Amino acid sequence: MQTVLDHDRIFGALGDATRRDIVRRAIEGEEGVAELTEHYLMSFAAVQKHIAILERAGLVSKHRMGRRKVVRTNLEGLRVARRLLDRYEELWRERVERMNQLINESPKEADR
Amino acid sequence: MTVTDIRKDSQSRTMTLDAEFHASPERVWQLWGDPRQLERWWGPPTYPATVDTHDLRPGGQVQYHMTGPEGDQPRGYWNVDVVQPPYRLVFRDGFTNEDGTPNAELPMTTVQVTIQDIGGGKTRMSIESEFPSVEAMEQLAAMGMEEGLTQAVGQIDAILAEDPAEAG
Repeated sequence: MQTVLDHDRIFGALGDATRRDIVRRAIEGEEGVAELTEHYLMSFAAVQKHIAILERAGLVSKHRMGRRKVVRTNLEGLRVARRLLDRYEELWRERVERMNQLINESPKEADR
Repeated sequence: MTVTDIRKDSQSRTMTLDAEFHASPERVWQLWGDPRQLERWWGPPTYPATVDTHDLRPGGQVQYHMTGPEGDQPRGYWNVDVVQPPYRLVFRDGFTNEDGTPNAELPMTTVQVTIQDIGGGKTRMSIESEFPSVEAMEQLAAMGMEEGLTQAVGQIDAILAEDPAEAG
């Protein structure tokens, strides 16, 4: 299944604690909106709204399971968000490595 | 390990990195404050950086270009906001068009550098990067690291070989 991943939407959607929790619970993909609502102190409509935001970001989708519809996490969407921050981390780790190398080249200077 | 902690927050789009060096705050400051030092760590092995302008004052600008394997030269600049040697530096890192004018289409990343003496001859450097958008992160990642860690290790070897006077 092809999902268009919008990076800003992904980060926006993950910027809310309830939505992050929904994403976590929906990894198993066995609960529908009604079951998910039971975990929170909010209305069915409110949870529905959160799920809609997650759907637009491509982070979850609804699937038919027998007679029910369940909410399932799109793991690829999560990976994209993670990967971007990871890449930036790598960039700075490399820079710090090079900084350290430079400092070690001139240990005497460091004491002055 | 030089890098002691990394915190990533996807909500505020920030990444905070802490590193510790066996050096004084003054020495760590040189990495930023001396353009010749800066250009030796800013760019990755495949895109070494050259610092063209280095006006490290509030309101000043640092301009640099990187040279890629195909001869391509992406350009960037910092708008410097806070300079408190050797403890604090805040700047906005942006991209430049080929003619040297700031590229307004690509958003800037705010970088806050904090340097502190933690005793025992050690200095901690914290770098907090704040991304205005995911696109900015992607662009930075694309410009900043074409290759992985293997290449970085290769560059360390190259620096040692190139610079026998300093290394010895």
